[in-house]
Amino acid sequence: MSDSSLPAAVAALRRLREDPHRLGHSGHGEGPAEGIGSGGTGPATKRVIVGYGFWLFLLSDIVMFACFFATFAVQRGATAGGPGLPQIVEVPRVAWETAALLLSSYTCGLSFAATNARSLLWTQVFLLITGLLGLAFVGMELQEFLSLFARGITPQRSGMLSAFFGLVGLHGLHVTLAGLWLLTMMAQVQVKGFRREIVHRLICFNLFWHALDIVWIGVFTIVYLMGSRA
Amino acid sequence: MSDREDDPYDYTGALDHREDHAPGDAPEESAGHWIRNANLGLGFSVLLTAAAFWAAQTHLIWAPAVPVALIVFAIAQMGVHLVFFLHVTTGPDNTNNVLALAFGILVVFLIVAGSIWIMGHLNHNMMPMSQLEQMQP
Repeated sequence: MSDSSLPAAVAALRRLREDPHRLGHSGHGEGPAEGIGSGGTGPATKRVIVGYGFWLFLLSDIVMFACFFATFAVQRGATAGGPGLPQIVEVPRVAWETAALLLSSYTCGLSFAATNARSLLWTQVFLLITGLLGLAFVGMELQEFLSLFARGITPQRSGMLSAFFGLVGLHGLHVTLAGLWLLTMMAQVQVKGFRREIVHRLICFNLFWHALDIVWIGVFTIVYLMGSRA
Repeated sequence: MSDREDDPYDYTGALDHREDHAPGDAPEESAGHWIRNANLGLGFSVLLTAAAFWAAQTHLIWAPAVPVALIVFAIAQMGVHLVFFLHVTTGPDNTNNVLALAFGILVVFLIVAGSIWIMGHLNHNMMPMSQLEQMQP
């Protein structure tokens, strides 16, 4: 008795038992999905490879931030008789900075939705809003640094302040550079349209912007909120 | 589908039809799926951020527990961002990304926890500054 003589329902039941969530299959049961990079169905598509490679870069960037976080955690008590964290932290300003960056992450996600819908206008609109919110964030942070400098609170004052300005400044520098990348992407989308490599670059930019927001979660929690009570 | 960069089929904007997607992977879902994802991500993030700022200000929580609460909120929000904004999923095309993420988390944990642990002990065992100064010739 061969397999093919089994009733169709039994065959379907067996398939369901072996792979209940239909992992690695396309939505309509047409066999394994191609190009997902898990090895069974040939090489991954360029898009999967580009995303994976950029993801590795982001993780290495996050490891670098982890070093700065570790430095800050070790140095947070080393005020050398100078101002401590509660004297530095202004919680309302941090709340506004957080709101700007979180909303920019949201509009960045919306720009990606517009990219998937191949809508040039809305992609540009949401990228522009993202950039303006990022600019507001960098502006508020610069203002904070300048007001601290005016009070004589500079990186060379103590080990804690070196770690503080190093960590927060590195994140601000990242947001600034991401803003330049954002302008580049707006120009490229405008001139070149949704060509494949342009969409890949937009995907990478999205990942970068969201990763910066993840780092900011660590900064506002560990540096500012925990510092405001220290 | 062809994987060539210059494939004219791919320039038309018709991406391939697949169910799951990696971070950085353009999906087959409609724009509505991505808008819903962004809305959910924003909603959860606003809740967690508001909770964190509230916990930092309030006197309702036992003071030594506040840093723990803040860290829990931060980790939860990072998870929300990974799922709803970076689209890390458990799909088969995401295996490589998830494994890389796991390794990244391990390295971050080793750097941060190791630094705090070692430097804390070093600081604890260091001779007090007053005695050090007396040893100067």
